[in-house]
Amino acid sequence: MKQLALIGLILLCLADMAFAQQTITIGFTVSKTGALNVDSLEQYRGFELWRDQVNAAGGIKAGGKIYKIQFASYDDESNSKRVQQLYTRMILQDKADFLFSPYSSPLTATAAVVTEQYGKIMLTSGAAEGKTYTLGNHYLYQMFAPAPEYLKVALDSLKSKDPKATVAFVYEDASFSVAVVTPAKAYAQQLGFNVVFSEAYAPNTTDFSAIIDKVIASKATVLLGGGHYADGSTLARQLYGHKVPLKMLTLLVAPDSPQWVELGDAAIGVTVPSQWAPQSTFKAQYGPSGADFAKAYAAKYNTPPSYESAGGYGCGMILQRAIEQAGGVDTAKVADALNATDITTFYGRTKFSTAANEHGLQVGHSMILAQWQKDKSGKLTKEVVWPLPNKSANPLYPIR
Amino acid sequence: MSGVLASMIDGVLVGAVYGLAAMGLSLIWGVMDVINLTHGAMIALGMFAMYLLYTLHAGTAYLLLLPVMGVGLLLGIMVYWMSVHRVVGRPMLMSLLSTFAVNMMVIGIGTAIWSTSPYNVNYSVQGLTLGAYTFTGNHIAAALAALLIALALQWFLYRTRTGKAIRAVADNREAAELMGISSTAILTIAFAIGIALAMTSGALVSTLFPFTILSGATYQLKSFVVTILAGLGKPFGALIAGVLLGLLEGVVTPFIAVSWIPLIEFGLFVVALVAFPQGIFGKRAAA
Repeated sequence: MKQLALIGLILLCLADMAFAQQTITIGFTVSKTGALNVDSLEQYRGFELWRDQVNAAGGIKAGGKIYKIQFASYDDESNSKRVQQLYTRMILQDKADFLFSPYSSPLTATAAVVTEQYGKIMLTSGAAEGKTYTLGNHYLYQMFAPAPEYLKVALDSLKSKDPKATVAFVYEDASFSVAVVTPAKAYAQQLGFNVVFSEAYAPNTTDFSAIIDKVIASKATVLLGGGHYADGSTLARQLYGHKVPLKMLTLLVAPDSPQWVELGDAAIGVTVPSQWAPQSTFKAQYGPSGADFAKAYAAKYNTPPSYESAGGYGCGMILQRAIEQAGGVDTAKVADALNATDITTFYGRTKFSTAANEHGLQVGHSMILAQWQKDKSGKLTKEVVWPLPNKSANPLYPIR
Repeated sequence: MSGVLASMIDGVLVGAVYGLAAMGLSLIWGVMDVINLTHGAMIALGMFAMYLLYTLHAGTAYLLLLPVMGVGLLLGIMVYWMSVHRVVGRPMLMSLLSTFAVNMMVIGIGTAIWSTSPYNVNYSVQGLTLGAYTFTGNHIAAALAALLIALALQWFLYRTRTGKAIRAVADNREAAELMGISSTAILTIAFAIGIALAMTSGALVSTLFPFTILSGATYQLKSFVVTILAGLGKPFGALIAGVLLGLLEGVVTPFIAVSWIPLIEFGLFVVALVAFPQGIFGKRAAA
């Protein structure tokens, strides 16, 4: 019996030696400080959970080797100058094999200049603006559905509820929001809505009284817009305080954060176009199920995951799969595997465009519309309300 | 009610808060010729002081202005002796650098403790609805509080012995010392009051908008415009100038995009510097 156990142990050791263990360094910056802090932290948690789960499971097995994941990560202070310095540092000094993007479209655009210059693969999350992917990059891959998709779900949902609604756009004067709202205005008119007001505000705006007075004067019944967490939460709170009689309020990014509940009654009914929600029911061909991801995330961080978190985890999963398919970490082979990717995970479908004029643009992923509603116990929860086949609750309309 | 009138009322309400935010800067600048670059950081500390106190003791948020003011006075005395006392009367660059250093320390410590995530004092007062427009109770209360504080400060400066001593030191420090006034004590008190005013205005702003440790910077910039408009050392003038600035915002915003407002404000800043170098309420230089 003892001899059998000894032989088993030796065989296990030999099997383990067959997979020589190596390390993959993935570099990225996090906005630990600055205006993007909330959303960026959630994205980072997605990266971190993926790394911890992969390493706990033994690492990535590819081409007869086992790769453990390690991060090289710094605070970019929500500042594009820091991003430029730090991505150069991560490539040259930290010898990063692959990169994940910082949070937000402008920071990612800056990082992409550096990663392309050094021929490094970067998977982007939290960077929906499409322009960066039309600049002839070869190693940039987008996980989020592009910006023009964001408000389409809100307008489609509105069309089904109130085709005669009057619409106002109030949005942050930043590249992402402008990239979302510009096509959304055209789409709203295409659907027959009367767009009665449209105005951008400075990213550091704290007092929206002037714009709110204009919205009231325009007699808009629906407001679409926002930008990121700080301005979006402030706008929602002040719209509520001024008792603006809106039937629908859809804001970008901010209401997806679990922190949104802190707004209390001002949070009720607000909808957010979302890349993913825990209620999403995509059948995963690879990686964990949505329920398993949400459970592990909540256990680790004591808060439910946002779509930024899911996007971060998705970056890791898709890179992991590409490394496995490429049989190693060779950039050209991994890029080929990413180009051929067309898979559904808990995050949804992922497919990158391989057309020369938009290489790396996400063309497989679709968006949902989530809404903050009170459940039977009076607790605020986020429900999927569009598209209807995937809904977890009926849309609350009008909200006030 | 028309949209323009509603916008003007909103402008006046928020302008009063601009005025209160500028009072502390104006007082310190006028009395000791120090441009206090800790002003924005102190406004932000006031926001967090209100947040912490309100979290500990939910109730009427405006009653918490008194302890915030007390903390501001103590902090003002500390900052004065740490970074200002030795540079009073020396070239302005010295005090600029010195107060900027304290500003960076406060922002650094604040970022380490609270990060730059937004915080929110979840307190609301019943608003006033006129036609289609509602003016939030918090804005109305903040404007009234700003007016009360400005009147109290005016009374203190013109009716109390210490207030008169502050004005005397501001006018002529040497002459005031010859009259037996301890200028060091008076400068300490003036600086402490300036910081207390900054923190109080921050505490009021925290009941209006979500904030981060970096939020004071916006009000510091507005405070410069208001102080230049009002004239140095004119705290009540600062309140009026703040209201005028808010009113200007209210009048023009119905007709132009809000992104043009900073251009108009800082254009006004330049015009005020050229046309009224002593400020609207300042003394005219002798011909």
